Amino acid sequence: MSLIDSLPRVGAPKLPKVDGLIPWIVPLAIVLIWQLACVTGYVPSRVLPAPTDVALAGWKLLLSGELVRNIWVSFWRASIGFVIGGGIGFAFGLANGLSQLSAKLTDTTLQMVRNIPHLALIPLVILWFGIDESAKLFLVALGVFFPIYLNTLHGIRTVDPQLIEMGRIYGMTDGELFRRVIFPGALPSIFVGLRFALGIMWLTLIVAETIAASSGLGYMAMQAREFMLIDVVVLSILIYALLGKLADSASRALERLTLSWHPAFQKK
Amino acid sequence: MQEALRFQSVDAEPIDRADIVVQARQLRRGSEGATRGLSLTIRGLRKSFGDNEVLRGIDLHIPSGQFVAIVGRSGCGKSTLLRLVAGLDAPTAGSIAFGEQPRAQDVRVMFQEPRLLPWARVLSNVEVGLGRERSSADAQARAERALVEVGLGDKRGEWPAVLSGGQKQRVALARALVSQPRVLAFDEPLGALDALTRISMQQLLERVWRDQGFTAILVTHDVAEAVALADRVLVIEDGRIAQDVTIDLPRPRRRGSAELAALEGEILKHLLEGSEDTQ
Ligand SMILES: Nc1ncnc2c1ncn2[C@@H]1O[C@H](COP(=O)(O)OP(=O)(O)OP(=O)(O)O)[C@@H](O)[C@H]1O
Ligand SMILES: [Mg+2]
Repeated sequence: MSLIDSLPRVGAPKLPKVDGLIPWIVPLAIVLIWQLACVTGYVPSRVLPAPTDVALAGWKLLLSGELVRNIWVSFWRASIGFVIGGGIGFAFGLANGLSQLSAKLTDTTLQMVRNIPHLALIPLVILWFGIDESAKLFLVALGVFFPIYLNTLHGIRTVDPQLIEMGRIYGMTDGELFRRVIFPGALPSIFVGLRFALGIMWLTLIVAETIAASSGLGYMAMQAREFMLIDVVVLSILIYALLGKLADSASRALERLTLSWHPAFQKK
Repeated sequence: MQEALRFQSVDAEPIDRADIVVQARQLRRGSEGATRGLSLTIRGLRKSFGDNEVLRGIDLHIPSGQFVAIVGRSGCGKSTLLRLVAGLDAPTAGSIAFGEQPRAQDVRVMFQEPRLLPWARVLSNVEVGLGRERSSADAQARAERALVEVGLGDKRGEWPAVLSGGQKQRVALARALVSQPRVLAFDEPLGALDALTRISMQQLLERVWRDQGFTAILVTHDVAEAVALADRVLVIEDGRIAQDVTIDLPRPRRRGSAELAALEGEILKHLLEGSEDTQ
C-alpha cells in the first residue's frame, strides 16, 4: 500500500461494483496482449508459451495430481519454516524489547548475524543437511527470523512512553500493561515485519527448491527446464506469484481486522 | 478588590483563612462533600535533576477540597511539583503528606495530552481509570456515568481517533473522575485547546469539582484561567512559592469581570517583574 493510497480521498463518489474491478484491468490487458503476441507469432513459443498453453499444462498437471502435490509440499515448507523462524524472531523481539538484560545479552549478536545474507549459507546448509527437508526449513526460518525480530523489537521500543506511564498511573500490572498498551502499540510495526517476512519466505523457498530439492514447485520448474517444458516453467513462476499474493492478502485482512482502530484503516 | 487580594508570607502558619472559606463551603455542600477531598501538607520539598535544583524548598498546606492553581514561568518546576504530588517521581528531600493515607485511586493526574489508548473504544478508555476495580461488576456502569458527566455519553463506542481535541480531553477527564479521586492534579490540561473550547472545559472542570468536592491542583500558564477557577493561586519562582494569592470571589465567576482582571493584572505584574530581574 502506498502512502497516497491510505490518504483519505476528497469528494470522488464511488461506484462500488466497478471499483472492485479496476485493479484487474491491467493484469487482464497484459494477459490479452501476451496471448495476442504468441498467437500472431511475434513471440516464438520457445521463448514464451501462450497463456492458453500455460493453462493447458496446468490442467494436465492438475489431472495427474503432480501439481497439487508439489504446491502442497511447497506450502507446507513455507508455513513450517515461517512458524519456526517467525516464532523465534517474535520471542526474541518481545524479550529484547521488554528486558534490558536480554537485549544487552543477545541484540548485538543478532545484529551481527543479520549481516550475513541467509542465501549465502546454501552451500553450507547443503553440506549440513543434504537436500533434506530440514535444509529448506532452516533457510526459510532464518530468512523470516530477522524481519519479524527487528520489527517486533522496534514496535515495542517505540510504544509511546506517555501511554506506558498512563498505564502505570492507573495501576496496570505488568501483564495488563503488556496486553493493553505495549502489544497493541507494537502491532502495526509487527505487521510490517510480517509482510516483509512473507516476501522473504517465498524468495528463500524458490531459491532453495530450485537448488536442492526433490519435490515442490521449484523442483517442478527445474525438472521442466531439463525437459524443455517451458510452459510448466512459466506455470510454476505464476503459481509462486499467486501464492505470494495470497499470503499478502491474508496478512492484510488480518491487519484490517486487528488494526481497525488505526486512522489509516478507518472507513466511513 | 482589597478584600479579595491577600498576600501571605511563605513562612506563615499553614492554616490560613482559605481553610475557613473552604470549610464553610463544604458545610454548605453537605457532609458527603466534606469527606471527599484530601488535604495536603508539603514540607521542605526539594527536587534536583543532577546539578539542576528545580524545587528549592516548597512549604504548602492545601486544605481538603480547595481548588489551587499553580502558575509560573516555563521551566520553573510546576510539572515537577505536580509529579511529586502525584507520586510519579520521588522528591530529593522533604515530605508530602495527605490528610489520610490515600488509596491508589484517590490521587489522579490529567496531562496536557489526553493519553488515550488509540486501540480502545472511548468507554474502555474510561474503564482504565478504575484501576484495580476495572474487573468489578459495575465497572461499565460507572464508566458510562463518568462519560455522561462530561457530556460524551453518545461517544462511548467511538475510537479516540475520531474525536476532536476537546472531546479527547473530556474523555481523559472522565477517566480521571471515574474512580472518584480525592485529589485531582491537572498539568495544563487545556493548554492545547482553542479559546472557546478552553472556556467550556474550564466550566466543566469547575462543575465537576463543585459536584465531587475533590482537592484540585491545576498547573496552568494562563493566569486568567487560574484566577477564574481557583480558590487560591500560587506563583512559583526560583524553586519556591513566591506568591500565595487567595481568590475570594463568589462563584460562578463572570469571565472578564473587573475583579478578575485586577487580580490577573496583579499576578502578571509580579511574574513579569520576576522575569526582568533575571535579565
Ligand atoms: N526528568 C527530568 N530530567 C532532567 N531534568 C528535568 C526532568 N524533568 C524536568 N527537568 C527540568 O526541570 C526544570 C523544570 O521542569 P518542569 O517541567 O517542571 O517545568 P514547568 O514549570 O512545568 O515548565 P512548563 O511551563 O514549560 O511546562 C526544567 O529545567 C527541566 O529541564
Ligand atoms: Mg510543565
